[in-house]
Amino acid sequence: MGNEIAAVEMRDITKTFGTVLANDKVNLDIYRGEILALLGENGSGKTTLMNMLAGIYFPDSGQIRIDGKDVVIRSPKEAYDLGVGMIHQHFKLVDVLTAAENIVLGLKEKGRLNIDAVAKRVRNICEAYGFEVDPYQKIYDMSVSQKQTVEIVKVLYRGADILILDEPTAVLTPQETDKLFAVLRNMKADGKAIVIITHKLHEVLDVSDRVAVLRKGQYVGSLVTKNTSAQEMTNMMVGHTVTLNIDRPAPVDPKPRIQVQGLTVRSSDGILKLEDVSFTAMSGEILGVAGISGSGQKELLEAIAGLQSVESGSITYVDDAGNREELTGKDPLKIAALGVTLSFVPEDRLGMGLVGSMDLTDNMMLRSFRRGRSVFTDRKSPKTLAEHVVQELEVDTPGVSTPVRRLSGDNVQKVLVGREISSAPTVLLTAYAVRGLDINSSYTIYDLLNKQKAKGVAVVYVGEDLDVLLELCDRILVLCGGKVSGIVDGSSATKHQLGLLMTRLGGEDAHE
Amino acid sequence: MPMNKQQQAPLFHISKRKALPWYQAWGIRGAAIILALVVCAVATTLMTGEDPIQVYITMFEGAFGTSRKIWILCQNIAILLCVSLAVTPAFKMRFWNLGAEGQVLAGGLATAACMILLGDSVPNWLLICIMIVASIAAGAIWGLIPAFFKAKWNTNETLFTLMMNYVATQLVAFFVIVWEVPKGAGKIGIINQSSEAGWLPVIGGQKYLLNILIVAALTIGMYVYLQYTKHGYEISVVGESERTARYVGIKVEKVILRTMLLSGAVCGIAGLLLVGGTDHTITTTIAGGRGFTAVMVAWLAKFNPIFMVLTTFLLSFLDRGASEISTIFGLNSSFGDILTGIILFFIIGSEFFISYKLHFRTSGKKEG
Repeated sequence: MGNEIAAVEMRDITKTFGTVLANDKVNLDIYRGEILALLGENGSGKTTLMNMLAGIYFPDSGQIRIDGKDVVIRSPKEAYDLGVGMIHQHFKLVDVLTAAENIVLGLKEKGRLNIDAVAKRVRNICEAYGFEVDPYQKIYDMSVSQKQTVEIVKVLYRGADILILDEPTAVLTPQETDKLFAVLRNMKADGKAIVIITHKLHEVLDVSDRVAVLRKGQYVGSLVTKNTSAQEMTNMMVGHTVTLNIDRPAPVDPKPRIQVQGLTVRSSDGILKLEDVSFTAMSGEILGVAGISGSGQKELLEAIAGLQSVESGSITYVDDAGNREELTGKDPLKIAALGVTLSFVPEDRLGMGLVGSMDLTDNMMLRSFRRGRSVFTDRKSPKTLAEHVVQELEVDTPGVSTPVRRLSGDNVQKVLVGREISSAPTVLLTAYAVRGLDINSSYTIYDLLNKQKAKGVAVVYVGEDLDVLLELCDRILVLCGGKVSGIVDGSSATKHQLGLLMTRLGGEDAHE
Repeated sequence: MPMNKQQQAPLFHISKRKALPWYQAWGIRGAAIILALVVCAVATTLMTGEDPIQVYITMFEGAFGTSRKIWILCQNIAILLCVSLAVTPAFKMRFWNLGAEGQVLAGGLATAACMILLGDSVPNWLLICIMIVASIAAGAIWGLIPAFFKAKWNTNETLFTLMMNYVATQLVAFFVIVWEVPKGAGKIGIINQSSEAGWLPVIGGQKYLLNILIVAALTIGMYVYLQYTKHGYEISVVGESERTARYVGIKVEKVILRTMLLSGAVCGIAGLLLVGGTDHTITTTIAGGRGFTAVMVAWLAKFNPIFMVLTTFLLSFLDRGASEISTIFGLNSSFGDILTGIILFFIIGSEFFISYKLHFRTSGKKEG
């Protein structure tokens, strides 16, 4: 490998956003016939670096060479012309068009558009690498993994031989991930250069040949995958030694807290989101919720929090003394009026949990501003609370009067979680609480959840990283297409088992 | 390593700034105004051959030349500010109320109706009280209708409020014919000219002083309402994110209705001040486009009622100055509009440079 010319050489690439140094003199080589894992924590500049290769951003300084020649990439089109294609984390597809239509969209081919010829070429690409795509299927009919396949085929159709995949497995089940990796290996065998951006170590070990590590915008070094270990990579990524274990203290005196019976929910456009869901969340316990994204997790939490109208079924709250309160059909205000302190950390932090343009103090007020009879708002106690949260959770902010939008993702989440647990809840609902957080902040959050658990709070943890779910949760409820596919014990279940439950009801092979 | 051929980096690129300290932001705005004046001067010399300094002096005199002119300027500021204050809570809620024009007309029409129909039958103090209630109610209803449809069926408020303007204009046109004096004149003329029934009182011997004081009080009231009350806080939350509002249990529909009620009510007051306070008549053009100018005022001031005093001053000054130029120099009235346009272009453009930064290509040099 050493003697051949690198497909891509990036030299001294620097990029700043305002005063944030996203990439600082980064050097990176990418070779053909190799899968390179670009590893780093969130915010370490992986995506920024690759966006410069794909023509989305333009570097402040530095030089990119492709096949030994200096190039300037000013737009995604110029990147394609050089054979560089990127599959972004958020798909860029038109829902109402078919796969083939999406694939040719934006290409300036001479003559009339012949969609059948396009479909044929798409099929050829699929056969060559082992994809499964129906060129005539509409995007809105596709699963997340099918959409991703379309994105990859789109890039190949444009003749790319340097492929960049930005966190491709974030939305996939373990089984789908295996399929994707098989395809990537086929492409590697075909001599393509492949970069996958990731922060999941087991994937790096599984699929890559070489791993390059970024930390805080700087290039730390690269390793040959087979000569390294998860612990070594973590240390490089974080910069100091970290332990990779999450605590799971045994639940103390668990009692039923939230009982859900036969819950059925439809979205506003009539689509069935949850069907006959029944389970019990216990006090002093972390109940994990797993499932492919969009399997009803959001609706489940919002229904309990009183934000989602329920078609049938019931949600009952049981307090310590055994008194039962019906929560079904009540809005958040009415639930609070019953004396039920229910906290909810939603998935969409700045669009739902917080107001981005408001400062920390005003965001702390969101839950409490109604207190008191005065028509004027009281900003004193929220300010004290904001200062308290900043100190307790080590929020990195210039002050409590900084708009939360200006904070980094980690700190935004700390502010949100800090506010939600400040009301001493008896039920804590969290959706993707560590998504986008670096390792240290993730552990801060796990600790906070465990502390709430120790206080006897019923914690519901909707997660996507199965390894974390298996290490943190006492029991895991698996949703599949809006139904309960199974409830398993966190300490004895396996990832494979969860993966099967996520894709098939009950985890069995279909018999009918 | 040999430097190879010329880099083809883009000529410039744009990046977002962090928040600027207030003095730098105002420095940029100040520079924009100076630059605008220079460009205006060049345009004036090239197009008319007049001395630009002379033009500016005329403009200034048009606005401040005599005490009467100053009073008129203040009156213009007051009414425009009143309408701008009215649209602000709605805008803060991201409810694009483009119907201020119609809401002012509704308020004015209600005032005129009271003056004409009740002018002789009730004592003056009672008449004025009825006028106040009627104008506020009429403006509020005109604002409430689109809000109701928005809250209930999520109709597009921009189109709806805009359409309500035409309905209001036609209603006024209809009643102008019903009440026209003398028959066939096609206009109402001064209402209750002899009895002055329903005319708002003149205080301190100045015709416009009452309007100015009322609007000043409204400005402070609106500032406090938006900044320090629970209602104001709810408006901000709903405006920034309806989902957050629902998440914390704010009833979004209720906030929309309440805020548009307020928005329409303040427009109704503007109608009252125009009809009962200064004009003592009603025409279809009595709002004079202020409902739309108010949009610009509110945006330029970033929905802060105190800054809005400055932006209304600027726009009213430009307006008065421009009309003075066209009279004195015998220029087409469009010329004044051209100057106003240039100045506004620079002021609005300066906001871009406050939020964003341009990086130009650095010539050839490269490190290491």
